[in-house]
Amino acid sequence: MTATRRVNLVAIAVLLISMAGGVVTLDAIDHTRRQSLAQEALYVRSSKALRRMSLGYTGLLADIYWTRAVQYFGEQHHANSRDFRLLAPLLEVTTELDPRLLPAYQFGANFLAPQPPSGAGLPGAALALMKYGIEHNPNQWQLYYNMGFLYYTEFKDYAKAADAFAQGARLPVTNPFMPILAAQMAQHAGEFDTARMLWSTTYQSTQDALVRQNAIEHLLALRVDEDVTQLEQVVEEYREQTGRLPASMGDLERAGLIHGTPADPKGRPYRLMPEGRIEVQDSQSIFFITKGLPPGVAPPQPVRIAEPDLK
Amino acid sequence: MNSRIGYIAFNTFREAVRDRVLYNLIAFALLLSGAAILVGEISIDIERLVVVNLGLTAVSLFGVVIAIFIGIGLVSKEIDKRTLYTVLSRPVRRWEFVVGKFFGLTGTLVVNTLFMALGVFLALLYVVHRFEKIDAWVLVALYFIVLQFLIVCALALFFSSFSTPLMSAVFTFALFVIGSMAEDLRGFARITQGVGGWLAMAIAYLVPNFSALNVINQVAHGDAVPGRLILYNSVYALLYSAMAISGAVLIFQRRNLK
Repeated sequence: MTATRRVNLVAIAVLLISMAGGVVTLDAIDHTRRQSLAQEALYVRSSKALRRMSLGYTGLLADIYWTRAVQYFGEQHHANSRDFRLLAPLLEVTTELDPRLLPAYQFGANFLAPQPPSGAGLPGAALALMKYGIEHNPNQWQLYYNMGFLYYTEFKDYAKAADAFAQGARLPVTNPFMPILAAQMAQHAGEFDTARMLWSTTYQSTQDALVRQNAIEHLLALRVDEDVTQLEQVVEEYREQTGRLPASMGDLERAGLIHGTPADPKGRPYRLMPEGRIEVQDSQSIFFITKGLPPGVAPPQPVRIAEPDLK
Repeated sequence: MNSRIGYIAFNTFREAVRDRVLYNLIAFALLLSGAAILVGEISIDIERLVVVNLGLTAVSLFGVVIAIFIGIGLVSKEIDKRTLYTVLSRPVRRWEFVVGKFFGLTGTLVVNTLFMALGVFLALLYVVHRFEKIDAWVLVALYFIVLQFLIVCALALFFSSFSTPLMSAVFTFALFVIGSMAEDLRGFARITQGVGGWLAMAIAYLVPNFSALNVINQVAHGDAVPGRLILYNSVYALLYSAMAISGAVLIFQRRNLK
């Protein structure tokens, strides 16, 4: 082997080894710096100062802050942490740098509002964020929709939810469901229908796969909640007619109160419990259900991290 | 170290000194002493913060500029002046020439940084009147800056092994800027899906990670730097420099110097 060939081989070996080693070390560095990254991002909290420091490239800086907010939320959520104290400041800086960055309002409110571990448990901060978003983007119906959603789910304030949907419905470009939602909120009737319409609108108004999956899971959970409510009413009706509880679903069928064996969206038949309650067979297979659970069992939550599509 | 590499490194250092590279220290001293005197007059309670931030930023930027502008000329200058042929006609291998140049340039920058570090600590003493425990982290930040120089020198040498000085300067500076946002770049890559995501991830891993080497703000606020980060950053800088230098050696080995 010539000296040149030997040098080349050694150089190639060093190149490949250092490349592989560099990747491994970078992962270790990322792991070490995970916590400090968000903290560092907030050494400067003044958006005015940040605007000056960005030399006019505020859009890029806002994108960077938004990405850090998403990563911070994802990491805290993944670690089952209840400490989300940096989330609101990160979102504030992001939206002040680029007030037209709509995903920061829409997803940001979803990160902030729900109780831990699903979110930061800061519905007030989520509402403030949405109001700031509407102030700067008054023609975006999605923001009114999100605000109405927030009033409905987190504050149970149907009047304000109706007002938010109605404002969104009056915009030149809006979603056809908005006036219907406004009307339903105003009547505060048909909770299942309203919730179904909210989640259907969420499904239709986004291209993000994870958000769509989340909406589908909520719709499935709604179907279970509605089925269980109706079946328990049927059981009550049977008891009133016969003076005793049904022993099986067959009793209800023979009484002409149901047709066939009712099943959950995964195709598993519902179970009739001795005390007349209805339960799902696998309480952990359908997320977000609030009914049909065995006593003392918490509703299951998905463990994935919501990562919005920024495209 | 191979004695031939040592000679080339020493001569590179001597040439840099002869080229008055260390004159930048005068500008640095003026900047820092001016800031130290002024900050006390015009600001409240951020004297230490300003001196550390300004001092370390200046050390980093001065060093990067020197690394780029000397690094890009290391090979081309030797070819233009035809001194390379004299060197290579002796029992000096091409790889020894590249590695020697790298050590010479990093040596120049280390000496330069030592003087600047002295300046930073003197300015700190002037404004705060005493050293505190947290000032030890400034040393870590300076060490990270030296690691930054290792990578910049290696990149400048890599590009200069096949490109013109102007293009080498552009490429190296562009990589320095992109690398300063490397962590955010990997953040973007992680939330991009499909082929684009893989491509973005590959690029994000390939560009040098300067963001983890920049702890200036952190130490200015007196925050500690984890020991593990010091270890990982050291390993990373050595590996990345080795990668760029091996690339430079491979290209330089095949380059037609006629």
